[in-house]
Amino acid sequence: MLLALLALALIALALAAPMLVREARRWRTRRMQRRVTVDNVLDASLYDPGRERRAEQRARELLRSCVNHEEWSMYRDLGFIRVDGRHARRAADGRRGRAPYAYIVYPHKPIVAYVPETGQLLSEYCVEFPDLAGGAGSRSRLPASDDVLAKWMALTSDEARVIRRANMHLVGRQLDPARVRRDLWRLAEWERRRTGGPVSRSPR
Amino acid sequence: MKPGQGELLLAEGDRRVREDDERLVAEFRRQLDEGMWAAVPTVNSGSGRREATLIREYGEIPVGAERVIFFPRASGG
Repeated sequence: MLLALLALALIALALAAPMLVREARRWRTRRMQRRVTVDNVLDASLYDPGRERRAEQRARELLRSCVNHEEWSMYRDLGFIRVDGRHARRAADGRRGRAPYAYIVYPHKPIVAYVPETGQLLSEYCVEFPDLAGGAGSRSRLPASDDVLAKWMALTSDEARVIRRANMHLVGRQLDPARVRRDLWRLAEWERRRTGGPVSRSPR
Repeated sequence: MKPGQGELLLAEGDRRVREDDERLVAEFRRQLDEGMWAAVPTVNSGSGRREATLIREYGEIPVGAERVIFFPRASGG
């Protein structure tokens, strides 16, 4: 009798085995999914939201220590820097001590060339400083003030090289010309306040 | 200047000390090999204005330069 019961139990176990194995697999999968979710939560809690802010703060200090005092004040007050162009084509260019053309350097936006004498916008130069170590797919970029400093260093050290590498377009492809004219007017007002010169006309 | 991180100190030392100089040369070459541009903030002797000087070889670093700044080379955006 006992032997018969034991045989029946073994047969029942053998029949139920596939079902038990299936359930064990499902349990293990659910457990792994729960662990991945917990790990993601832990990773999120380790993310430091102040990292970019601190990097930008360091970048501002670096920029301040490199550029001219006037350029730093311009960036602090207006959010961009003007860099004079170096290539005069004629002796008459650059008369009255002013550069024949200049660049407006925005953070993470194209460089704009213009004529300071007339305010005429010439062209925009799309240039970026990609993450070389991160590979082609990397989307990380320099802090805003580092981007401005990189453009400033590139323009003041080897203007021709950076302009050659940039993609040139007419103003308006990425930047709103009206906004750039407004910035030039703000710049003129800013300079007038610093030097105590006459009031300039507001842009249309 | 590194994308995603900003300013990083790569190496520092006294160029007059041989061990330091070798370390600085090695780091300079490594950065240029990685495709970075190197520049030194300088003052134009004529205008007195600050500007940058692009450095292509370690020997071009002006005597007395306090720092060399490496930044990713420019490309069309």
